[in-house]
Amino acid sequence: MAQAAIELIGINKSFGAVRANRDINLEVARGTIHGIVGENGAGKSTLMSILYGFYQADSGEIRVGGKPVSISTSNDAIALGIGMVHQHFMLVDNFTVLENVILGAENDALLKSSIAKARSELERLEREYGLEVEPDAVIEELPVGLQQRVEILKALYRGAEILILDEPTGVLTPAEADHLFRILKQLKEQGKTVVLITHKLREIMAITDTVSVMRQGTMVATRVTKETTVGELAELMVGRRVLLRVEKGQSEAGAIKLSVKNLTVKDQRGVTMVDDVSFDVRGGEIVGIAGVAGNGQSELLEAISGIRHAVSGEVMLEGKPVDLTGKADPGELRDRGLAHVPEDRHHVGLVLAFEENENSILGYHDDERYLKGPFLNVDAIMADAKDKIEKYDIRPGNPRLRTANFSGGNQQKIVLAREMEQDPGVLIVGQPTRGVDVGAIEFIHKRLIAMRDQGKAVLVVSVELDEIRSLSDRILVMFAGRIVGERGPDATEGELGLLMAGVEHQEAAE
Amino acid sequence: MSTPYAKLPAWADYGLIPLINLSVAFIVAGFVVMLVGENPFRAAVILVEGAFGKGTGIAFTLFYATTFIFTGLSVAVAAHCSLFNIGTEGQAYIGGLGIALVCLSFDSVLPWWVIFPIAIVAAAVFGALWGFIPAYLQAKRGSHIVITTIMFNFIAASVMVYLLVGPLKPAGSQAPQTRNFLAGAELPKLNWIIELFGAKIRSAPLNICFLLALVMAFLVWLLIWRTKLGYEMRTYGHSPKAARYAGISETRIILTAMMISGALAGMMALNPVMGDQHNVAIDFVSGAGYVGIAVALMGRLHPVGIVLAAILFGMLYQGGAELAFEMPAISRDMIVIIQGLVILFAGALEHMFRPYIQAVFASFSPKAVGIEAVKGKGA
Ligand SMILES: Nc1ncnc2c1ncn2[C@@H]1O[C@H](COP(=O)(O)OP(=O)(O)OP(=O)(O)O)[C@@H](O)[C@H]1O
Ligand SMILES: [Mg+2]
Repeated sequence: MAQAAIELIGINKSFGAVRANRDINLEVARGTIHGIVGENGAGKSTLMSILYGFYQADSGEIRVGGKPVSISTSNDAIALGIGMVHQHFMLVDNFTVLENVILGAENDALLKSSIAKARSELERLEREYGLEVEPDAVIEELPVGLQQRVEILKALYRGAEILILDEPTGVLTPAEADHLFRILKQLKEQGKTVVLITHKLREIMAITDTVSVMRQGTMVATRVTKETTVGELAELMVGRRVLLRVEKGQSEAGAIKLSVKNLTVKDQRGVTMVDDVSFDVRGGEIVGIAGVAGNGQSELLEAISGIRHAVSGEVMLEGKPVDLTGKADPGELRDRGLAHVPEDRHHVGLVLAFEENENSILGYHDDERYLKGPFLNVDAIMADAKDKIEKYDIRPGNPRLRTANFSGGNQQKIVLAREMEQDPGVLIVGQPTRGVDVGAIEFIHKRLIAMRDQGKAVLVVSVELDEIRSLSDRILVMFAGRIVGERGPDATEGELGLLMAGVEHQEAAE
Repeated sequence: MSTPYAKLPAWADYGLIPLINLSVAFIVAGFVVMLVGENPFRAAVILVEGAFGKGTGIAFTLFYATTFIFTGLSVAVAAHCSLFNIGTEGQAYIGGLGIALVCLSFDSVLPWWVIFPIAIVAAAVFGALWGFIPAYLQAKRGSHIVITTIMFNFIAASVMVYLLVGPLKPAGSQAPQTRNFLAGAELPKLNWIIELFGAKIRSAPLNICFLLALVMAFLVWLLIWRTKLGYEMRTYGHSPKAARYAGISETRIILTAMMISGALAGMMALNPVMGDQHNVAIDFVSGAGYVGIAVALMGRLHPVGIVLAAILFGMLYQGGAELAFEMPAISRDMIVIIQGLVILFAGALEHMFRPYIQAVFASFSPKAVGIEAVKGKGA
């Protein structure tokens, strides 16, 4: 039996009335990849934050390599060989890779000698683990997948033997995720221990040796991965059977509610991100836009919702034209029945510093229901927020809690509840289930389909092929700013994958 | 995701931390007093007695506090919209111009209770206009508000010098100031309130602007946390992207916030001009706008905190004057140093001790950290 790299014994942690971790026991064997799954708010991040010294447990013991330790800051954790890669990177955007890696670990008074030493060490690490990144590249110019590698390098550079990854694949494209897993396997072969938090059960099955399941702050089971199934894990997480693919009836497409013609959008640098795109969405259908991240989907959504000005194009909303090239603003579009769940909930869809109830009216704060003259109608806002909390099972159910203190999946539900409950004619959704647990995915998918069945037009953009395939009535594939193909919901993954890689596009051009 | 968030309970956040910061400021100030060969404890006693010991002292302390409440509120309103208004000084100065025009025109014909409301409006409008120009430049041209508001302080000073040595100066006078207002433009004093408590007051300038300042503090609270406009300002202040998403116009919100901020700054001028000196003189603002920045920061941008911080600075002004008088080794400049230390520790280094206090809290009562303090709602 391999020796345990980490043992957590009887860990408890409360935030006020919320018991985020109760009596958690966890043992992770050295040289293995250990998965942790659980619903949103189950306490996964909290547990790992305790191990990494961000939080102090109220009670309980941590052993590293068999010895009881006390970890009160992340420096303690680093000294014990524990490294963590956060879901939201903690990199300095305008520093180079090398500068980021040594930041906080400079050990000479003169930067120059540190840098020289660091460079050779960094190159060694890159070779050893297949973590190719250009040391002199500036962070903000790197795609997210590479930025994440820098985070891993940072941890390894500080001598990490145990690497914790909190939802590392949420922001990655499938190819990037595959590469990450190859790196993790290599780390494992070199004897490192990896703890992986993820909501994607397929990843758990593909890469972990053992997996632990958390539910509502407790550890409900630990399984050897080979001896379990996705279905069992999902059921353990949620405490009931979960539909991994929501059933839906035939769509009854009605009149065109959103029509986009020859839309062209440029980004800040003047690069064309959306190139002459045209499509329609009818009432009663869900149109999915598939594509590898960065092929213009984000800009497309931003333009249609009025956040970003388009260069040219004609858009009709409920049969009436919208001037997206300058005049339209998101507030006006909202009034005309367009609801938008943005991809980036942290900076766009929510104000994290606000209380939950304040976020539940963001964008609808002009609505008479929430106002008494120039004043906010606090009672109405609270009642409304409580109502949505109940309907969408947002936890913890406290509308006065600061939004930053909700777990990722629950933050997403706050946005979805706000947008769906306005009863819009057209709903556009970016990454509907990013960072959301299987139970909540089922719930969100059911809601989206219910919207469709009420005759709303729904446009979904997602980098998750599974999601696109199970939700959409029609699938559009975007590549390099253009729509390169349209398929039905029964298109195979391989077929869509080729389109997404631009393969057929080139063939057609030949 | 969950970014770890260590949060202190409200009483520690709003009470303990400012108290610790203040104590450190006073300890360091104590060493400075020792350096010049005076007894720091006696100095502290003189300072506090000077500010609160006698009725006159209290009245002076509150008079200064009135000024700082206005400027503190002005800075806070802009700050909630993430605009750093350094132009309070100039906006107050120009507000004084508005008051001068009203008082010089009507003081011979109207009673104070008619002139006062007109002067309030004039002060607010003039201050707001002076805030409007930098706001416009920021919203439309991207000129940074910190730079432009500082520049506008200089422009305000030049404009006022020109007017006070030229058009507004009575013919034949040597002093760069307007003529003295007549009784119609003099505000009633509030000293009788303090006398109710049995204290004797020789003559002190505390006047009804103090009550106006308290009313404005309440209105600012209402504005920020209870109105749609305040909601929009806070949304923009926390995240311009979220504001865009929510359909809040960037131009409109910047202009509105800065004009309200400028109006509050302008109203500050009512206190010294109509309540005390009864004229508009050169440099009558004398740094109160900058003190407003410290007051706003120390008050954590909350009106209640701002009123308390303003009283503290009022005490430093009044007690400091007393101290310079009683201890000859301590000059006026020394008092400025002490004020500077308070600003340094309570304002600029506001977060210096926070991590340690959080660590202490975390080790004593892990449960206390992590609960969200019912943040700044006052209700
Ligand atoms: N700083 C905090 N203050 C108050 N409550 C908190 C804080 N951090 C986390 N919580 C609460 O603790 C519970 C566990 O949160 P945690 O972030 O560990 O969940 P999670 O399992 O990582 O969820 P997700 O999959 O959505 O990321 C949640 O109910 C959350 O709202
Ligand atoms: Mg988490």
